[in-house]
Formats: sequence, C-alpha cells, structure tokens
Amino acid sequence: MENNKIHRTLFFTFLKIGLFTFGGGYAMIPLINSEVVERRNWLTDKEMLEMLAISEATPGPVAINVASFVGYKKAKIKGAICSTLGVSFPSFLIIIIVSFFLNAFSSNIYIQNAFKGIRAGVVVLILSACYKLFKQMDKKVVNYVILVSAIILSLGLSFSTIGIILMGAIVGIVYGLVARRSENFH
Amino acid sequence: MILLKLFMVFFATGLFTVGGGYAMIPMITELITKNQWLSYNEIVNFIAISESTPGPFAVNIATFVGFEQYGFFGALVSVLGVILPSFVIIVLIAKFFFGFTDNFYVKSALNGLSPTVIGLIFSAGASIAIKNLFGNGGDILSFSNFDYKALIIFLLIGCVVFIKKIHPILIVLISAGLGVIIYGI
Repeated sequence: MENNKIHRTLFFTFLKIGLFTFGGGYAMIPLINSEVVERRNWLTDKEMLEMLAISEATPGPVAINVASFVGYKKAKIKGAICSTLGVSFPSFLIIIIVSFFLNAFSSNIYIQNAFKGIRAGVVVLILSACYKLFKQMDKKVVNYVILVSAIILSLGLSFSTIGIILMGAIVGIVYGLVARRSENFH
Repeated sequence: MILLKLFMVFFATGLFTVGGGYAMIPMITELITKNQWLSYNEIVNFIAISESTPGPFAVNIATFVGFEQYGFFGALVSVLGVILPSFVIIVLIAKFFFGFTDNFYVKSALNGLSPTVIGLIFSAGASIAIKNLFGNGGDILSFSNFDYKALIIFLLIGCVVFIKKIHPILIVLISAGLGVIIYGI
C-alpha cells in the first residue's frame, strides 16, 4: 500500500471505530477485531491481546493508546498521528454539536431508549469477541488458572486493572522460568 | 491564559490516569471544579450524557469543557492535551516493543498477559450486563430493578450474532432500533 493511502486508511478506519464505540474501552474491542484484525490484517489476535494489555496498563484513554499503537505499527509516527486524530474526531465533532442541544439531547426519550438498547447490544458484542479469543487460547492449565483468577479478581473483588495485568505478566515470567528450568533437566 | 490552563489540566489528566475512561473521574472532577469550569452536578450530568455519545470519555469531556470555556480552540487545545501523553508514551513503547519481542522475559510476560486480558474482557462484558439487568445502568443493584427488556434485547441480539456474522456497527444500529421499539412499549 503506497504511503498516502495507508495514512488515509488509518484515519478513516479509526474514524469508524471512534464513531461506533459506545461505552468505553472494552466496547472498542469488537470493532478493532472486525476492522483491524479481520478486515485489514494489521494485527493478529495474539498481537491484539498484547496491545490491549499494554494499552490498559499505560496512562491515558485506552482508545487513544490502541489507535497510536496500531498507527505506529503500520506507518510510524505519521501513522500514529492519523489514527489518533481519526479516533478522536467523531467525539470532538459530536460533543460540540451536542453541547448546543444538551438539555434536549439528554431528556429525549427516544435517544435514552436507543442507548439502553445499545448497551445491551454492546454486552453481546463484547462477550462474543471474548469467546473468539478464548477459542484461540492455548488450552494449558496455567492459562485457565490465569483466566479464572483475572475474572475473579476484577469481577468479584474489583481489583485494579493495572494490578491484574502486572500479576498476569509476572505469572507469565515465572511460568516461563519454571518451564525452562524443567526443560534443562530433561 | 485560559488556553494554556485548559491544556495543562487535561494534559495532567491524560498523564496521571491509567486504566482509561471512568478511572479519571475523581481527578478530573477535582480539577474542573477547582477551576470553576463546571459545577459538580454539571459534571455528573455530563457523565450520563457521554454514555450516549461515542468515543473515549476523556476526549468527550475535554471537548465539552474546552468548548464551554473558549469555543472551538478551547476544545481543540483540551483534546490535544488529553491525548498527547498517551500518544508519546505509546509511540515510545511501540518503538521498543517490536525490537524486544524475541526477549525471553517479554515473551513470557506476554504469554501470561493473553489469558489475563481475555479474563478482563469477560469481566467487562459481565459487569455491564449485571449493571444493565439489575441496576438500571447505574450503581444500585437490586433484584427488584430487574430489567427484563434489557434481557430480551440481549437474547435477541445474542441469537442474531450466533446465527450469522454481522459487523459490529450494524449490531449497534440494530440494538439502538430495538431499544427504541422495546423500551417504547
């Protein structure tokens, strides 16, 4: 893909993603999956998971982190700029417009109901993206342990996300070391 | 001057909040009310509104406050402030990330991170589901609040997704339509 095209494609792809992500970081995942992983093959599923982990553990909005990361990977700094601007643009425009109609917007019953519906739909999207990733997970015992622990810690105990990510990384390293050591014995 | 202040406040917010979105609410509430840009109630109302607008919450609220304070350029400067820390940090990490993927420790950490993130994604989906089914989308959960309409939409969309692969954008639009119909009854 020649240079100009990739910048434009990054901008418009993330524009789409920014426009249809309702409800924060995780709601973005199904869209990243469809557009970035499946449609454009810019990331593999595994790379997406890794990038998400980093995006969750670094400062700033997850969406911006993800956009910058993918953009940089495809087209260095210029690419990162294109995708970051793309993902922010719909917000920027829509909020400015909405601020003129603020009261009418928030009390409109159709809009309220539409978004109740969207929230339900987003749950399905998130869970099905999760299932897709789960199917591809290496079915090792250690992975199941990490998976279930992450769920219990975040859902049950409200542990901080960064804390859970750090733990996952540490368990990964420890497991890697143990596995390597037992290899050396055989 | 106001533009500089807007930039600095939102830059600080972007730099010091990790974990995105709603994690930044305490800090941003404090900074905004201290500068008397919005009242606490106005902030709470805006949080509710931003549930209905697309994009990252940080960008939404930066745009809103910036615009109210200094029009288009206020909004622009605030948004640039909030995204700049992310951008710089991620570009630095990405630069090194692709050079270190063969490192044993990085590989092992990433191996541990894959199931971790899958678990976090599941929790995110489950907690939104619980909030919507039992809490009217808010924080007070109780069985009497059970929203059976949410369950219906959830099951309908679930069937659709199960039967045929449809683009998420279309699903969002269909859910919006279902919401208007089912909640309108």
